[in-house]
Amino acid sequence: MDPLTKIESRTVVLDVDDVDTDQIIPARFLTTTSRDGLGEHLFRDWRYREDGSRRDDFVLNSPAARDCSILVAGRNFGCGSSREHAPWALLDYGIRAVISSEIADIFRSNSLKNGLLPIVIDKAPHDWLLQNPGVQVGIDVAASCVTLPGGETAAYSIDAFARYCLVRGLDQLGFLQKHAEAITDYEENRQWTP
Amino acid sequence: MTAGEPRTLFDKVWSDHIVVEETPETPAILYIDLHLIHEVTTPQAFTILRDAGLPVRRPDLTLGTMDHSTPTTPVRTFKDLEIVGEGAARQVMQMQENCREFGLELFAFDSPHRGIVHVIGPELGATQPGKTIVCGDSHTSTHGAFGALAFGIGTTEVGHVLATQCLLQRKPKTLSIDISGSLGPGVTAKDLILAIIARIGVDGGTGHVIEYRGKAIAGMAMDARMTVCNMSIEAGARAGMIAPDDVTFDYLNGRPRAPKGQDWEAAVTRWRALCSDSGARFDKTVSVRGEDLQPMITFGTNPGMAVPINAPVPEINGNASLRKALDYMAIIPGKPLTGTRIDIVFVGSCTNARLSDLQQAANILRGRKVAPGTRMLIVPGSQQVKKDAEALGLHDVFIAAGAEWRESGCSMCLGMNGDTVPRGQLSLSTSNRNFEGRQGSGARTVLASPLTAAASAVRGCITDPREFL
Repeated sequence: MDPLTKIESRTVVLDVDDVDTDQIIPARFLTTTSRDGLGEHLFRDWRYREDGSRRDDFVLNSPAARDCSILVAGRNFGCGSSREHAPWALLDYGIRAVISSEIADIFRSNSLKNGLLPIVIDKAPHDWLLQNPGVQVGIDVAASCVTLPGGETAAYSIDAFARYCLVRGLDQLGFLQKHAEAITDYEENRQWTP
Repeated sequence: MTAGEPRTLFDKVWSDHIVVEETPETPAILYIDLHLIHEVTTPQAFTILRDAGLPVRRPDLTLGTMDHSTPTTPVRTFKDLEIVGEGAARQVMQMQENCREFGLELFAFDSPHRGIVHVIGPELGATQPGKTIVCGDSHTSTHGAFGALAFGIGTTEVGHVLATQCLLQRKPKTLSIDISGSLGPGVTAKDLILAIIARIGVDGGTGHVIEYRGKAIAGMAMDARMTVCNMSIEAGARAGMIAPDDVTFDYLNGRPRAPKGQDWEAAVTRWRALCSDSGARFDKTVSVRGEDLQPMITFGTNPGMAVPINAPVPEINGNASLRKALDYMAIIPGKPLTGTRIDIVFVGSCTNARLSDLQQAANILRGRKVAPGTRMLIVPGSQQVKKDAEALGLHDVFIAAGAEWRESGCSMCLGMNGDTVPRGQLSLSTSNRNFEGRQGSGARTVLASPLTAAASAVRGCITDPREFL
């Protein structure tokens, strides 16, 4: 994973609450055995009609959305299934951060393990971002801070360990492996065995 | 937390599995007692292992099945089974290869133990009180019905557990949901959990582990408790738990993977301590009056959009999410859903495809017919459930009624295996998600109990099951 320290981008705004992972990547695309190439199917049924033609009125299909790497979404983004295909699809499409006022637990955890930044900010700056699509926003990962146009900042909270790994591009498995001895101790000394 | 302070059920299971305590800088390392795996969310995890040259640390604590991409078409022998789609076939093949290469137990097509991952764990007795259980599937919360701490994880985390038998976790908060009284006739565990989600919202449990408590829960059989815990994730919760009791122990006693003899006695003694101590503090509490509940039905595009079956669908009143949902569903606000014509009835999924669910459906279907123009699929949760149902003659009831009696699997819950609802059609489903397109591109779904499903299949329209009791 590449280190993730700063993101500068215009925002693309999807002002819908409770966007579930079945919308982000429908189940029929989960038969893949790889994590690549899922961007093509991102929000498939919102981006395309049944006959495969593009829905020009969907925000990700607008010319202004091209090259945006920050998605501002309604409350409770990423609810539903645990499919890691959801962050894989967003990353493959070019999204590097999702900003909302609430992000579902499993989606957030999956995102952090893939270098997709899930950002939960207060309602006031979130509402402002929803109402002002396409603005230029900066994200400083080490400082856990979003800079809005005009220089105002909105702090967000993120697990310190996840941030440490993101900024350095570290894989969390390495951290677990370093505790192999503690894991063996636990297995040998526990009161009962599963 | 100081010694002797009252603890919740969750606190007890959590602290029993801490390998390394969490600090402000690092999450806890949590040991996992049972890792369930299936074909859809594991291929990329095995790639992680292969790339790093790592073995599976505890094959003995890992159990595999195939459920999501597998066909449920009735066949005489499993050799005749045709997997729908090249991707699904490749995924199933790869699951078999991965389990062979890494030395993992897999219930493949010809296994009598195969079935939906959340049905077979309990059925085998592998799901036990006090265990930590994970799976690359959000409905892993089901296993919490036994007093286990069970939750869904992503594929990267599947790789972590395969390689280290551990996960990095921050301690979640706790939410107590107390359900008093008992449920009325025709009101089931499914109606209870839909009512809870409608009340607290699809994000009401985010960041929390729910403990379901109270008289209504104590009075429930294990199948019903599993239905409740299964949909904890639909309220956004990490997990749902129920303290084990004699109902739990009676269910587990004698199952193939349950402890035997002296081990059984020791286990039950240990399990009896798995309850929230009197005075234990929860971060949030909610109370529900069980006797006030009605059969529930969803009207929108998430499981929180649900009403009592005879109540009107809410008016839009400027609510953009509601407008979007009702537009998609082609449902009129301000009127009850009863009488709405349905195209498909699906009885199945990890929520409602256990033996008692099928018995409930059969009780209404016995001697009756599925309405003309309505297709009804009944998909048992596992091959064992199928066998048990056939021993009771339930399949004869279903077939005589004109329903399809199929092989086990996830099937039309998420339509990965070729069992899909055609675009625009309305499905009444006993599954757990009514998201847009969940059961097929453009499909419309309403969620309800197996009783409501059977009653509605007979009438061909959404029907209050109490008319048949």
